Amino acid sequence: MSIIYFLIGCSVFMALVFLGAFFWAQRSGQNDDLYTPSIRMLLDDTKDEKSEK
Amino acid sequence: MTENAIIEKTICYHCGDECLTPEFIIEDKHFCCHGCKSVFQILSENKLCSYYNYNDHPGATRTKTDKRFDYLNEPSIIRDLIDYTDEKITIVTFYIPHIHCSSCLWLLEQLNKINPAIYNCRVDFLKKQLNVRFDHQKLGLRQLVELLFDIGYEPLISLQDIIKKQNSTTKDNLVQKIAVAGFCFGNVMLLSFPEYFGLSAHEQTLRHFFGWLNILFCIPAVFFSGSGYFVSAWQNLRNKVLNIDFPLALGIAVLFLRTVVEILTHTGPGFGDTLCGLVFFLLIGKFVQKKTYNHISFERDYRSFFPVAVHIIAEGSEKPTPLSQLRIHHRIVVRNNEIIPADAILLKGEALIDFSFVTGESVPVSKTLGEIIYAGGRQTGEAIEMEVIKPVSQSYLTQLWNNEAFTRKQGNRMQTFNEKVSKYFTVVLLIIAFSSLIFWLSTDITRGLAAFTAVLIVACPCALALSTPFTMSAALSIFDRNLFYLKNTAAVEQMAGIDTIVLDKTGTITTGEGNTIKNDSILSEYQKQLIYSVCINSNHPLSKMICRSIVNMQRMAVAEYREIAGQGIAATIERHKIRIGSAKFLFGSAEGPSNASSVHLMIDEDYLGYYSFIHNYRVGMDKISALEPAYRLHLLSGDQDHEQYELAGFFKNIKRLHFNQSPQDKLDFIQLLQEQGAKVMMIGDGLNDSGALKQSDLGIAVTDNVNNFSPGSDAILDGKSFDKLPAFLRFSKDTVKIIHFSFLISLTYNLVGLSYAVTGKLSPLTAAVLMPLSTVTIISFTSIAAHVAAGKRKLL
Repeated sequence: MSIIYFLIGCSVFMALVFLGAFFWAQRSGQNDDLYTPSIRMLLDDTKDEKSEK
Repeated sequence: MTENAIIEKTICYHCGDECLTPEFIIEDKHFCCHGCKSVFQILSENKLCSYYNYNDHPGATRTKTDKRFDYLNEPSIIRDLIDYTDEKITIVTFYIPHIHCSSCLWLLEQLNKINPAIYNCRVDFLKKQLNVRFDHQKLGLRQLVELLFDIGYEPLISLQDIIKKQNSTTKDNLVQKIAVAGFCFGNVMLLSFPEYFGLSAHEQTLRHFFGWLNILFCIPAVFFSGSGYFVSAWQNLRNKVLNIDFPLALGIAVLFLRTVVEILTHTGPGFGDTLCGLVFFLLIGKFVQKKTYNHISFERDYRSFFPVAVHIIAEGSEKPTPLSQLRIHHRIVVRNNEIIPADAILLKGEALIDFSFVTGESVPVSKTLGEIIYAGGRQTGEAIEMEVIKPVSQSYLTQLWNNEAFTRKQGNRMQTFNEKVSKYFTVVLLIIAFSSLIFWLSTDITRGLAAFTAVLIVACPCALALSTPFTMSAALSIFDRNLFYLKNTAAVEQMAGIDTIVLDKTGTITTGEGNTIKNDSILSEYQKQLIYSVCINSNHPLSKMICRSIVNMQRMAVAEYREIAGQGIAATIERHKIRIGSAKFLFGSAEGPSNASSVHLMIDEDYLGYYSFIHNYRVGMDKISALEPAYRLHLLSGDQDHEQYELAGFFKNIKRLHFNQSPQDKLDFIQLLQEQGAKVMMIGDGLNDSGALKQSDLGIAVTDNVNNFSPGSDAILDGKSFDKLPAFLRFSKDTVKIIHFSFLISLTYNLVGLSYAVTGKLSPLTAAVLMPLSTVTIISFTSIAAHVAAGKRKLL
């Protein structure tokens, strides 16, 4: 049954990684604006078109 | 006839307004003005015409075409406006009110195609902000703002932009706290399951291992996530107030201590999962309570629309100067569409002042030389010169903000139900806890301590603390859906306690825009054509309204056109002499105070009657007056009393109509009512109501466009929902009832838990089940009940 210590250690470590990832996302401002990207992705990228012309 | 007119209307390709003249056409595209046309030209030169593909008529109308951003050359002003700068790069954030569709987003993020000195642009759509990184060596801040102006996105640069930097809000890390609490809650619950399902005797080492892990997880939950409750409880104790945070902090502390002691002494599994769950749910409640509206600001005052700089005439030349350096006796120049920043005497020019921000009155007022013009008005027409007679902060309007209503600490204007109840709740809780301790003390000390801690754990008012936030946030989202935006959840309870309603007149119970124009006389088509041809040349708002009422006429050539600002127009067409303007302009004598909003017509010395501008009362005004027996209604108006008889229909008691009220009078009147014991709701719209809005128990600002300026208040009501106000009032009372009822439910849970707790035999499993169960009951009850109540009031 001592494998359970290792498994719990793994699961807690994984959970800590996710918690850390969330903290990082929060700090770097990724959650500051949750609305604009949803419109931005609907707009066409015209960059290439312009250089061809 | 009207049907034909609608079909014939041409619409501006850029802004969607009606084209009054067929002058501006490129590539079959009609434009309403030169401004709109030039925006289109800039965009087509830069191959940015996809702008018009995403949405129809995405632009803003461009009546104002002169750009005056020379104050943005002043280093001191630049320093205050920008976010960051070094040798190569400058970052600046603008608030651009016109951002409203995907075209705006697309165009503003393509700015670097117009000018390569701009590195990067990012739009925050909800906040209507544009963040620009640019090379300030190649492009000055002024040129950047001018570029934005040229493409139709003028940033709003106000005095508040400079002030906000100094008191930027402290960022709270509630979301992080919730994340940590949730993380601990999940792990502890998982680790507690083996204990609840039973571990065999030879697995004791596992039990100790789980126990230690539980303690480890509880530490961040208590000391990081739950720290706010200890701080708040301690502060309140020092102020000798017992609020709900005290029993909560006590519950968290007792839970933690008992868990640690039980695990260390191997006497039990502890209450780790209850503890983490409690902290987690409490923080969720806090989060729900903090509803934020990105697009609305409740804290606006005169600073948010006063300009940053003003032009001062010194030694014969004009110099842009920051407003903070404006002194008495400075001579200032105020041009078309600029705001007068301080009380001043008119020295030169024709002043035609639009006081719509201040009073809500949309028809401009003309002023004569030597007259004092109060700050806050917007000049329309030519440039005027004035001499400042009072500092910016001491003017007729802005001195309001020196009143104690603005300096006093906000927040406890009315005690909420939660605050009232938690006082007694805490006392009763402590009495029960200590009496059970004393009861068992003589026979069994450990059992006594067990009972004492169990009472504090079980009776921890988690459900009580959650009932208000969840009910209120459901209520807020229902109000939100009906275009009524409340600043915070406490405002709902304040609204329920209101017994007196005070209304402002102009702009509040009358509509600000869309005033109808009425003409009593019968005009022939030819006469209409003459009037149209004259008025189309004028930029005066009244002329424009006349043009709009006479739709689509052929424009005739005008000879001898002469416009005297503030008085009228004289013109000659096909040898007909036409005079349009005020009574004084036509007859040489004034005609009483009401002549400001009527335009008289005269063709070839024949008097043809006048156009009068009537204020429309908002839809639903009759519903407001039907509130009368239950609520006392008052009216405060800054105007003369010439509308008294029309208003008497809405207000049953004519003594409650008050006219000629200055901003300070309005504030004092509210204070007087409050001293008489009334709970006052003030409904206003302009800056002159700011004092009254602030002083009242609930200040509601009415606006026709929530993105436009509205004075600081507790709530913002869209003019379209004005008729729903009685329903809002009733619904707020319903929500308070729901809170009372959910309090009863949570009390029932507490009593059930207490009956276990006083015996000293509370099993961790019971606590772990009871706590989330009561939470889920409360949350589902409050949100369902709030929606049912909203349905009953027809707010869904």
